[in-house]
Amino acid sequence: MLETRTENAPFWEPTVPEDEVLAQQAAHHRDEYLLLDPRPPAEINALMLAAMRRTGPVFWLLVVGLGGMVAALFTTWVIQMFYGIGITGLNRSVMWGPYIVNLVYFIGIGHAGTFISAALRLMRYDFRRPIARAAETVTLFGLAMAALFPLIHVGRIWKIYYMFPIPNQRELWPNFRSALLWDATAITTYMIGSTLFMFVALIPDLAMIRDRTTGLRRKIYGAFALGWRGTEGEWHRLEVVSNILGFVIIPVMFSVHTIVSWDFAMAIQPGWHSTIFGPFFIIGALFSGVAAVILVMVIVRKGMRLGYFLRDEHFSAMGIFLMILAMAWVYFYFAEWITNWYGNLPMEVALQEMLTGPLAPFFYLMLFGNIIVPLGTLWSRRVRTSLPAMFVIALFVQIGMYIERVLIIPGMLSRNELPFNWVNYTPRWPELLITAGTFSFLAFLYIIWTRVVPIIPVWEVYEGQALQGRRRVGRAILPTRSDPH
Amino acid sequence: MAEHKWTMIVDLDKCTGCQACVVACHAENNVPIASETEVVRGRGLHWIRIERYWEGEFPNVKAKFLPVFCQQCGSAPCEPVCPTYASYHSEQENLNIQVYNRCVGTRYCGNNCPYKVRYFNYRAPEFDAPLEQQLNPDVTVRGAGVMEKCTFCIQRIRRAAETANAEGRPIADGEVQPACVQACPSDALIFGDKYDPESRVARMTPHNRQFKLLEHLGTEPAVYYLKGGETHVGD
Repeated sequence: MLETRTENAPFWEPTVPEDEVLAQQAAHHRDEYLLLDPRPPAEINALMLAAMRRTGPVFWLLVVGLGGMVAALFTTWVIQMFYGIGITGLNRSVMWGPYIVNLVYFIGIGHAGTFISAALRLMRYDFRRPIARAAETVTLFGLAMAALFPLIHVGRIWKIYYMFPIPNQRELWPNFRSALLWDATAITTYMIGSTLFMFVALIPDLAMIRDRTTGLRRKIYGAFALGWRGTEGEWHRLEVVSNILGFVIIPVMFSVHTIVSWDFAMAIQPGWHSTIFGPFFIIGALFSGVAAVILVMVIVRKGMRLGYFLRDEHFSAMGIFLMILAMAWVYFYFAEWITNWYGNLPMEVALQEMLTGPLAPFFYLMLFGNIIVPLGTLWSRRVRTSLPAMFVIALFVQIGMYIERVLIIPGMLSRNELPFNWVNYTPRWPELLITAGTFSFLAFLYIIWTRVVPIIPVWEVYEGQALQGRRRVGRAILPTRSDPH
Repeated sequence: MAEHKWTMIVDLDKCTGCQACVVACHAENNVPIASETEVVRGRGLHWIRIERYWEGEFPNVKAKFLPVFCQQCGSAPCEPVCPTYASYHSEQENLNIQVYNRCVGTRYCGNNCPYKVRYFNYRAPEFDAPLEQQLNPDVTVRGAGVMEKCTFCIQRIRRAAETANAEGRPIADGEVQPACVQACPSDALIFGDKYDPESRVARMTPHNRQFKLLEHLGTEPAVYYLKGGETHVGD
């Protein structure tokens, strides 16, 4: 028997059932699920604003520490410009090293943001609501960091404009046959698309802040809020634009990492020239990206005390997502190497000997971090809802995925067709410092950003809460969701 | 249609591994001499190098020498990957050209070269005294951050072409000799225009000992190697 009821009370005052068992059920739902724990929007806004205003000593310590690392990054870069790439450990066979590893890695973690946001939005998964912006921010800054690396990597940064299609007297254009040009085009498109996608969803929240601040801040937020008033027509247009951008950005996202993989797959270097690289890189990117979002979620929840928004259900959902991606990654890695191993071509044997020889510690650490850790633990809900456990697992995946790119780029390059040219690669201080500096730069921008914009899209949260209802089926009250779209 | 097909033949039977070609190339093309620490870091810089492979177990070992330099591929993997056209194919000389001024140093060409004959200037070039006194004025000294490689001594090819053009005649066979060929004491390196049917290179190919390096990759090198050592058959 179904019983429906029109509720006249606002959505944040759901009626409590009279029956004791049902009331307990309802209380349980409130505890477990964000969307079934509605609060007045004003209260949620205040909660978010308080989290943004809170800047304790730890925050400033982090700003100074990470800022110092950023300074180290740029100092090292300037030193490298002055003395040449020679200060790194790159050599005549391993011409691409950690800079390109970082490029791939940061584009990779930039993938999850848009995927979680756009794909889950279009598929109407409600668990994405409080996560969406934290994930999109990973995309935004991940891509910004990635965009640094072609610049850091090239030998003559002062001539970099030769790579841009700028009209010139010589009528000399960049070479569009080069995968690097495709790469630059794809990354730029993705960056513009994901920035727009993020900005559109940010408008109502910026307007919310505008209405709760005064003076200069009000002016700045007001300018970015584009005169948002919250009329029904504006909400409708926001919905339409978000959906269009969502549909646009998903194919762009797939193309970007495929093209990044083509930087390698299009080359005839053994170990790179593989048709599986496109999908393999996409899965790897999503895998590391989702793990990065989990790391950020843990830090944001702890650091900004956002336990109301980021609940066990969200960590659990992300944990399952991570586990599925781990399975997919294993599948691709297995498919890639079993064919190489069985084919037994001399070059590929040399590469396998490299992986299980000089690079063995890294190779096995990667397998441990990417396979054993996520697949061995994430099946348990207790693990998925434990913040320290999720932090450690996500960290292992990050390490594993970083090593995966290290094995592919300097690892594979150290073996090539003529054994005379087999040179192993050891990083030197500039690469290490620049890499550490970039991770710090990402964290630096991120913590500043969390104090500038609401890292939880509050309007999405109370939109979700408003769409929730309860329906009584027999003795049980079940949560339902009305979907007007 | 290209006018010339500059081609090199390397007779491995005659190569003694003396490295005279390496020295000549350094002198002709202003190739900087990498310091010992740089070489240890795997950054030895030679446009032509003698790859030495050992065969057998001690004490019955044999050294095999393989001179490797830019193969001037007909279908070169280094060319399409360059985003700035610094690495491109010259229609006139049928060679792979590296435009130093255009190079931004992405090093993609170096990765994609299966012969690993493209060298990157990791540092600004240094020439120990008195070597800086004998730099070749016909060849640019490359700065830090650009790729470079063997050009088949294109400055000599250009000069011979200009002289021949001024005199209204085709380039004679043997008129152009890269520095390595000129320096080779055992005549292991033979250079010429394969499109000239009378040239020594054209007359020697196809040769029953001939092979191309990494031929299976389909790069169509302009360098023929003639098998040496015990694989020697015929003349």
